[in-house]
Amino acid sequence: MAETIIKIEHVSKSYGRGNVLDDINLDIRKGEFITIVGPSGCGKTTLLRIIAGLVQADSGTVSLGGKDITSMPPYKRPLNMVFQRYALFPHLNVYENIAFGMKLQKKSEEEIDNKVRRLLKLVSLTDYEERDVNSLSGGQQQRVAIARALANSPQVLLLDEPLSALDYKMRKDMQMELKEMHKKLGLTFINVTHDQEEAITLSDTVIVMNEGKIQQIGTPEDIYNEPCNSFVADFIGASNILDGTMIQDRKVNFIGHDFDCVDEGFAENEPVDIVIRPEDIYIVNKLESVQFTGVVKSCTFKGVHYEMFVDSDNGYELMIQDYNAFEPGSTVGLIIKPQDIQVMHKYKMENTFDAVVIDSQHVSFLGSEFECTVPERFKPDDKVTAHVAFDKVDLLDYCQDGKPEGKVRFIIYKGDHYHLKVYKRGQTSVYVDTNDVYDKGDLVGINIAPEDIIITACDE
Amino acid sequence: MNNRSTWSLPYFIFLVIFVVMPLLLVLFYAFQDGQGHFTFANILRFFSDSDSLATFALSIEVAIENTVICILLGYPLAWILANKEYNKSAVTVVLFILPMWINALMRTLATAELFSMLGVNLGKGTLLFGMVYDYLPFMIYPIYNILSKMDKSYSEAAQDLGASPVKVFFKVTLPLSMPGVWSGVLMVFMPTVSTFAISEFLTNNKIKLFGTIIQENINSSMWNYGAALAFVMLLIIGITKFIAEDEEVATEGPRK
Amino acid sequence: MKKFFARFYIAIILLVLYAPIFFIGVFSFTESKVLGTWTGFSTRLYTGLFSNENPGRESLLGAVENTLVIALVAAFVSMFLGTVSAIGIFNLRGRKRQAIQYLNNIPMINPDIITGVSIFLLFVFLHVTQGYATVILAHITFCTPYVVLSVMPKLQQMNPSIYEAALDMGATPVQAFWKVMVPELKPGMISGFILAFTMSLDDFAVTFFTRGTIGLETLSTYIYADARKGGLTPELRPLMTLMFLLVLVLLIVLNVRSSRLATKKLGR
Repeated sequence: MAETIIKIEHVSKSYGRGNVLDDINLDIRKGEFITIVGPSGCGKTTLLRIIAGLVQADSGTVSLGGKDITSMPPYKRPLNMVFQRYALFPHLNVYENIAFGMKLQKKSEEEIDNKVRRLLKLVSLTDYEERDVNSLSGGQQQRVAIARALANSPQVLLLDEPLSALDYKMRKDMQMELKEMHKKLGLTFINVTHDQEEAITLSDTVIVMNEGKIQQIGTPEDIYNEPCNSFVADFIGASNILDGTMIQDRKVNFIGHDFDCVDEGFAENEPVDIVIRPEDIYIVNKLESVQFTGVVKSCTFKGVHYEMFVDSDNGYELMIQDYNAFEPGSTVGLIIKPQDIQVMHKYKMENTFDAVVIDSQHVSFLGSEFECTVPERFKPDDKVTAHVAFDKVDLLDYCQDGKPEGKVRFIIYKGDHYHLKVYKRGQTSVYVDTNDVYDKGDLVGINIAPEDIIITACDE
Repeated sequence: MNNRSTWSLPYFIFLVIFVVMPLLLVLFYAFQDGQGHFTFANILRFFSDSDSLATFALSIEVAIENTVICILLGYPLAWILANKEYNKSAVTVVLFILPMWINALMRTLATAELFSMLGVNLGKGTLLFGMVYDYLPFMIYPIYNILSKMDKSYSEAAQDLGASPVKVFFKVTLPLSMPGVWSGVLMVFMPTVSTFAISEFLTNNKIKLFGTIIQENINSSMWNYGAALAFVMLLIIGITKFIAEDEEVATEGPRK
Repeated sequence: MKKFFARFYIAIILLVLYAPIFFIGVFSFTESKVLGTWTGFSTRLYTGLFSNENPGRESLLGAVENTLVIALVAAFVSMFLGTVSAIGIFNLRGRKRQAIQYLNNIPMINPDIITGVSIFLLFVFLHVTQGYATVILAHITFCTPYVVLSVMPKLQQMNPSIYEAALDMGATPVQAFWKVMVPELKPGMISGFILAFTMSLDDFAVTFFTRGTIGLETLSTYIYADARKGGLTPELRPLMTLMFLLVLVLLIVLNVRSSRLATKKLGR
């Protein structure tokens, strides 16, 4: 195993009240192509900027090759970055842009000249020296930005969503070129993207981040085949994510049926999340000796395969991909093999909030007052925990006075209902199961009926 | 790393010394008598002196008239200049700003001389003319700015929905350009109230405006009364700014 | 028809705006002491402006020199103070940014007389002897806000990562400012400089209150004093005419150059 080049320990960062990074620990090995992937606002760019030195972490350390560089200014760090929108200096031409760093280091004219030409060849832009950077296409600007970052011979190349501004075809081409370049140079690449496909295609190691925390680190295969929780499963690719119950080792119940699986070590009757890739559900015309049946709702040709939505016999919607088309309206048989069922611990069973008792009828949490029955053993001002089941939270399309409100952050379709998260700055997020359709970013009000709030002591 | 925000620190200190402190000193001197004791006498003196009050009223009157004339003359001009059909080059706009490069006092004096050569008596009429002459560019420019940057699709949408060109102007263009009019008002109204040299030249010292009496008091070392008058003017600025800003916010609404 | 009307309107207003300037121009070619009386064509006022034998010339040219020196110094200082501050303000957020922008607006909204009187009171309060320095400080006060305002849009257009890219390439913050920010902000800085220079050149009220009693005259105060004595120095006429022509030529040159640049860019 190669030696660690960058070590990140307990790094946290917050802006105002929001926690952008929460106790990040990460080892990056020399020569690795590593991609940090996650939805916008997950903290991935902040993490990259902390490595580059453009942002100071609130706590924690960053070390490079065993040396603590936490408080080293960016211009002294032997790392270079390819910026999101390239950030080429518009008043300098291609040559001057690439030579910028070397000129600051007072390298000799000849050395600079040689290096610039070598780099231009590497990024296939020979003869572009004198060109005005504003006259270049997006892809060409991208190449100049890479050449410029490599000119200082960095130990690590940082890439901040380098391909996001390119169109689809260009992006595919650049992905291959980046991979080639990485092979040729043997440098450590740290790439940040929100494109899961890019992460899987390019990297040796993928880091999935959400809400300032690392969700999973692994090879692209690991991440795709064995996501550790429903967020990763949903983010990494189209999946069927369903609620289930672990009956015993190797036996799980979901969509109203019992299935054999390969997972062990869960508690008996533990609620779990189930992931099944759409290509892993076998769809057949015969209805006997299958695990369950369903009715095809829609069938769309996707180039290589067909994508179908099927309502199972117990009313769950499943996404299935198959090389054969099945008529909408037809009844089909369905089979899922044990090894294709991915069972995951739920990251949360219910909502829990830190609450304060107001009187025997009211508690306060999420910055608002709620009516409920407070057990007699609690006195006003006692700190307690309020428990609310996911499906007991009512979402309102409007914001009621005095009631909390938040933005819908992520949505997972669970076959027969939506599981979504409502986020409010500086407050605990609220998880909700609902049948209503919301879009990401919708502003919603939160209402909880008095009988659905259960109050317990803090440490219960 | 936003430590570049500290680059504003020197200027902040500069602003405190040369903008905040001086304005506080206006207050300080306005409420002080010659011996440095606190007093309302200066303010009371202004409100009980009929000459000062009359000058003040006249200044406000002239300023309002000047502002209104500037809007009436300047708006159509700005509209024509911003309209590609009538005006294709930016040079015409520059022509309206060019006279400002000649010393304002010199231009005003020449205007006064021109009037006397033409046999026009110097008085309120010539004063207003001179004011409009001096401040019209300040009205044209902000209106022109907003009109020329206005998204064409607003008026096209209105036409598409069946509005005649006249209706388009009154229902869409005019309301959307009001912020420009208000910043023009800010740039014309206050300077008119406070101007002193211009009014002296254009009326041969027959008409005194508020600026002149501030200047006379300060120059004859009656700082406390001068400061009190300046304080009254600051109040007027505050009120005008408040109204104009309120209107700007109200009219800017649909743009966001 | 409509077009004719519009052109006619523009022409009338321009005619009125330029009448006094033409008036000065025409009467710069006669010897008469009083503006408005024609005593025959002569270029003596022009030669008087440049000959050593004219006794009034020194004080007039002295005023011109003072005006230019004050305007240049004030505009230069304002340009740098304003640019650095604009970058700072641009990187501020929330209340702090609002507060400093509000303060920055005050000198622009305040009429000259308030700026002049209030700064005058400051110098009185601090027992500062007024003269050249105080005038320049006062001019910087009302000039800098215009620089901040003209640099701000350039900052908004600029890719915010450019400064960071320079740091990443190994430039220190000071190097990054000079090598990357200044070239990008230059157009805004120059228009800020021109605005500041113009404002300073044209100022009367602020100079009037902050120049003290050492007899410092700028063109504005000179003209004011002249007019109060009754009768302008005749040499002012050719001086103003020449200044106007200079500005006119400068503008034409700039315009031709910028339109050439534009066509060159389009041609590529």
